[in-house]
Amino acid sequence: MSKFPVPDNSCEFFDQEHESMTREQIEALQVERLKETIARCMKNPIYKQRFEEAGITPDSITSVADVRKLPFTTKQDLRENYPFGLACVPLKECVRLHSSSGTTGNPTVILHTQNDLDEWANQVARNLWMVGLRPDDVFQNSSGYGMFTGGLGFQYGAERLGMLTVPAAAGNSLRQIKFIRDFGTTALHAVPSYVTRLYEVMQEQGVDPRKDTQLKVLAIGAEPHSEEQRKRIENMLGVKAYNSFGMSEMCGPGVGFECKEQNGLHFWEDYYIVEIVDPETLEPVPDGEIGELILTSICREAMPLIRYRTRDLTRVLGRTCPCGRNHIRIDRMRGRSDDMIVLRGVNIFPIQIEKILMQFPELASNYLITLTSDADNDNMLVEVELEELFTDDFPRLLDLEKRIRRALKDEILLTPHIKLVPKGTLPVSEGKAVRVVDKRKVYQ
Amino acid sequence: MTIKQLSIFIENKSGTLIRVLDLLSKANIQIIASTIADTKDYGIFRVLCDQPTQAYLLLRENGINVQLADVLALSIDDTPGQAADAVKSLSSEGVGILYMYSFLWKGKGVLVMRADPSEKAKEIITIKKIGFLTEADFR
Ligand SMILES: [Zn+2]
Repeated sequence: MSKFPVPDNSCEFFDQEHESMTREQIEALQVERLKETIARCMKNPIYKQRFEEAGITPDSITSVADVRKLPFTTKQDLRENYPFGLACVPLKECVRLHSSSGTTGNPTVILHTQNDLDEWANQVARNLWMVGLRPDDVFQNSSGYGMFTGGLGFQYGAERLGMLTVPAAAGNSLRQIKFIRDFGTTALHAVPSYVTRLYEVMQEQGVDPRKDTQLKVLAIGAEPHSEEQRKRIENMLGVKAYNSFGMSEMCGPGVGFECKEQNGLHFWEDYYIVEIVDPETLEPVPDGEIGELILTSICREAMPLIRYRTRDLTRVLGRTCPCGRNHIRIDRMRGRSDDMIVLRGVNIFPIQIEKILMQFPELASNYLITLTSDADNDNMLVEVELEELFTDDFPRLLDLEKRIRRALKDEILLTPHIKLVPKGTLPVSEGKAVRVVDKRKVYQ
Repeated sequence: MTIKQLSIFIENKSGTLIRVLDLLSKANIQIIASTIADTKDYGIFRVLCDQPTQAYLLLRENGINVQLADVLALSIDDTPGQAADAVKSLSSEGVGILYMYSFLWKGKGVLVMRADPSEKAKEIITIKKIGFLTEADFR
């Protein structure tokens, strides 16, 4: 008998007890779990000091709203306490860590106990079950593996549900398509821009996804995409595509997922307390208004995070749903409250680009990053001012562009378009240079 | 043997060329010949003028990306085949031409070019007695 029983195929819920709770039941469970989490955090000297300064004990919490008494946690806290400073259990109780790439300052590390991994897998399984996947489905995960949580997170979740799971990982479109056909893949997880790429290759190969494959469900996430982009993916492949939200600080994918209504992502409130605040005042905003998403993980052992500032901007769409789940519904991410750029699943800070550009003596210090989306892809244009016209030879100017492009590719893993512009021509606002212009549809 | 040409980096956007021309005319700098070469994103505006060094300093002061390039100005008869002969005599000796443009000056044709290697080009011009112009000719 498995420790994690899987329900009958006909059941709408993977975890009926928690998924179909009433609002009152959810909030009662949140209060209980938040108190436990505070007690667990008190074992960590950094949290202990912060809570003592704020006069917080587990007994300070009598309602979910009391979470507002707690201090915020930021990515900076994770960096400053790299690698294990925010652990709330001894390292010997941890079985895995995931780390962010860390191209700006220290990387961040997130630790997991075995129980954390089990609960993470349960969340992902819950999501996939919710959109109709069952143990007789074949799940192909075309996400990067390794430190990136989209790989192992979906792998363990799909296995927990009981599906035959193909760890195809990212890239090599011909091989992906061969797997989809040979293994009878019915569900696929990938970033939206890669799905478009796969479709292009299918067309080149004369593969009709509706006739030649059994694909029916796609999980798409890890990069911002618009409703039009989702519909295009659904029409291209003849599938239903569901938006997935995850972040490694909370565990990874699984935190939030759309149900069949496709009207907002259910964030699992038995695992997280969700707040939306004004990023300036940090005061809560009413449902429906856009603010910064704040998450408190109330079910994690190794590294619970209290009121973590995600920097993602979104809003509450509702707290009930025709699907029978009363877990909060959150809109797709609308942008960032810091200057991080999310492009094709890659997180980029302008400072990374600036660092590279400064290595070229031919270039002046002003630059402008413009993000655009054409029909299917997000693109980055980097305009940079020329310090000196060091040649009047086109091949040498083109060679400079090529060298900049290559150096940026090594740093940010994407190939931007480079445009040299005369000195003094890029926009400057109030003495401070404008660095990023985001023209992608998703933010409009 | 070479003369100084202004090479000006410009954006493919209306207004940028006008700004350069305005600056030159206000300083009473006479343009003798010019040409623009461009890619999708930007262009290089090449200018022969009567006071290249003054023009260079003026444009630089005004924040314009400009370079002084050494170019050859060959003087040829304005009859068919002359330009081809001049180019052939250079290329047959292994001299490459990075760019070239031409104009008429006092009834004669002028071929402006940047040759590579430049020293080799000068040797050939001397040996083959090809006519050329100097900066003094344009003052
Ligand atoms: Zn729902």
